[in-house]
Amino acid sequence: MKIHEYQARELLANATVPVPSGAMVETVDAAVAETKDLLAGGDTLVVIKAQVHAGGRGKAGFVKLVRSVEEAREAAEFMLSNRMVSPQTPPEGLEVTRLLVAAGVDIDSEFYLAITVDRANGTNTLIASAEGGVEIEKVAEETPEKIIKEPLDPRLGLQPWQARKVAFAVGFKGKQVNQAVKTMLALAELFRSTDASLVEINPLIVTPPDESNPDGRVLAIDAKFNFDDNALFRHRDIAALADLSETDASERRAEEFGLSYVALDGNIGCIVNGAGLAMSTMDIIKLHGGEPANFLDVGGSATEEAVTEAFRIILGDDKVQGVLVNIFGGIMQCDTIAKAIVNAAGTVGFEVPLVVRLEGTNVDAAREILRDAKQELPTMHAATDLTEAARMVCSAVAVPG
Amino acid sequence: MSILIDGNTKVICQGITGASGAFHTKGCLDYGTRMVGGTTPGKGGQKDVNGLPIFDTVADAVEGTGANATMIFVPPPFAGDAILEAAAAGIEVICAITEGIPTQDMIRVRAALTDFPNAHLIGPNCPGVITPGKRVAGEGAQATFQGGCKIGIMPGYIHTAREDASTGRAIGVISRSGTLTYEAVWQCSERGIGQTTCVGIGGDPVKGLNFIELLGMFDQDPDTDGVIMIGEIGGSDEADAAEWIQGNMTKPVAAFIAGRTAPPGKRMGHAGAIIGGADDTADAKMTRLRECGILVAESPADLGSSMSAALDLAEATASTS
Repeated sequence: MKIHEYQARELLANATVPVPSGAMVETVDAAVAETKDLLAGGDTLVVIKAQVHAGGRGKAGFVKLVRSVEEAREAAEFMLSNRMVSPQTPPEGLEVTRLLVAAGVDIDSEFYLAITVDRANGTNTLIASAEGGVEIEKVAEETPEKIIKEPLDPRLGLQPWQARKVAFAVGFKGKQVNQAVKTMLALAELFRSTDASLVEINPLIVTPPDESNPDGRVLAIDAKFNFDDNALFRHRDIAALADLSETDASERRAEEFGLSYVALDGNIGCIVNGAGLAMSTMDIIKLHGGEPANFLDVGGSATEEAVTEAFRIILGDDKVQGVLVNIFGGIMQCDTIAKAIVNAAGTVGFEVPLVVRLEGTNVDAAREILRDAKQELPTMHAATDLTEAARMVCSAVAVPG
Repeated sequence: MSILIDGNTKVICQGITGASGAFHTKGCLDYGTRMVGGTTPGKGGQKDVNGLPIFDTVADAVEGTGANATMIFVPPPFAGDAILEAAAAGIEVICAITEGIPTQDMIRVRAALTDFPNAHLIGPNCPGVITPGKRVAGEGAQATFQGGCKIGIMPGYIHTAREDASTGRAIGVISRSGTLTYEAVWQCSERGIGQTTCVGIGGDPVKGLNFIELLGMFDQDPDTDGVIMIGEIGGSDEADAAEWIQGNMTKPVAAFIAGRTAPPGKRMGHAGAIIGGADDTADAKMTRLRECGILVAESPADLGSSMSAALDLAEATASTS
């Protein structure tokens, strides 16, 4: 689960990590009022940032530096009345309903700081770099020596000596070191206590020296947090931060029925049991020249009702011109799927070609059910193996000529 | 021969009175697994629907039955604890079927398991492990088997013991996916290739036994002629395994990677099936495997034929050298 930057900032601030002052707003007037407050408080620069779950905001014009309330009004109006389109958004872009208005700060140097799960070693890892403010993937690819990784002991978590080691290694100086160490330890505690899968501060900056801070101040400017979906049951407060407006409506409905569904751009709907087989079914469609419209795993113990809902979701997608059902019955019994197909024929109706490939537990009973319901399923074709099924559905939806 | 389990393995089910635990305990019994009991805290002293003894703790179950393997169906919030309880009781093969265990629980469990070097964790979020038994009667789904051991939720009848395999060959299967494993097993059985042991290592990012450890076990097992490894998007396990195979494996390996059409950044069902960067796409993994000399199936329909080809090639190379 992802949260917005303004929510991550709040979590950081609560964990005593210094962040520039600011607030989340949902209207142009509120953005103007917040800007006015910040300017009145002595700040000379204010940054307005759209709060969406996609990168590329700066280039798309959805991060703006402003110096007056007039500029703030203009920026907020633009962001709240246009959809943001970037390489990371769907082609139609994302609607922006929330803005972060924060004090702009002068930056002396920028760092990268994150904690994430190192799958290969089964540990959590602190990652730091002096190359802050840019995409860390790029740094990792071009100059991997500039990335420092420190594994966390699974039972003890991040220890102060490790944080000090990393702080010195990335080049914090003088009084910055202690501030950076505090931030790292707070970040590690936040990671642990929320069952996060990623907590990232990028950039973590140092301000230019001033009278009260001869070595500058260490501040978190932007943050990205992801949480383990499997652990949300014990973090109601985190679960409540989810912004459902950005989740596809069909994906949400699927989730309610215990189905795992991801919408894609193609025209062949797939209904499969098991995540690996579901991915492979998409792959084999592509291999035979088709384009999958979705990933859908009905799971091992889906009821007839849930499977019927799966058909409803897929047939409700206007792009879908054919459906491939691929079931290898294990716990999932083939006759349950067959009954759901007949059910769906009655309640939703199949106007598009339907190719069914069943194998495994109770397959004979399932084939009989489908044979008996032939009248109600005029568009159905039975395939005996995976390759035949993929060929059939691809040729059924192929545009003639 | 086989790895990890055989017809003598004594198995308990943790969570035996839950709906899934009860259903699959019956399935394992029907396959011929030596199911010897189960645990449900508070129901110790009772019998389950199959007449198996129920114990309050795994330690009691081990003492009462001599169990050396367990199948865990405990719900996600408590499953990590169940794994550790099994390890502490001296169980050697811990098969965690449960899906949805928090990753941080698994990180702590893995660290704690280093105190129990004899305990092998399979999963979580996996179909389990099976060493097929010999078919004694019946056909297809009605067939009955003897001398095998099925710990998990896979349909037993699709598997073939070496004695029943028309080619006389038998392979090992290691897979991150459940139903895709069945597909591979089915295709091999149809071609007369038997299986020594099939291990579902699970779809979670942090798990127990991984490709390399199991490849090593299969390489040591005299009855295993080759291995199919089935991976998917996310993580570096397949790439690490590819390098290990190139440097160490003496037997042929055929591989398949699911998720070539998966979009980046989206979780595809499994918690671990998510493309994080350029290295963990299906294409990157397939390339790495091929660079290490491993036969990679393009299509999931070619799992059996690829394994067959890899076995033929190894045989031909052995006879000419």
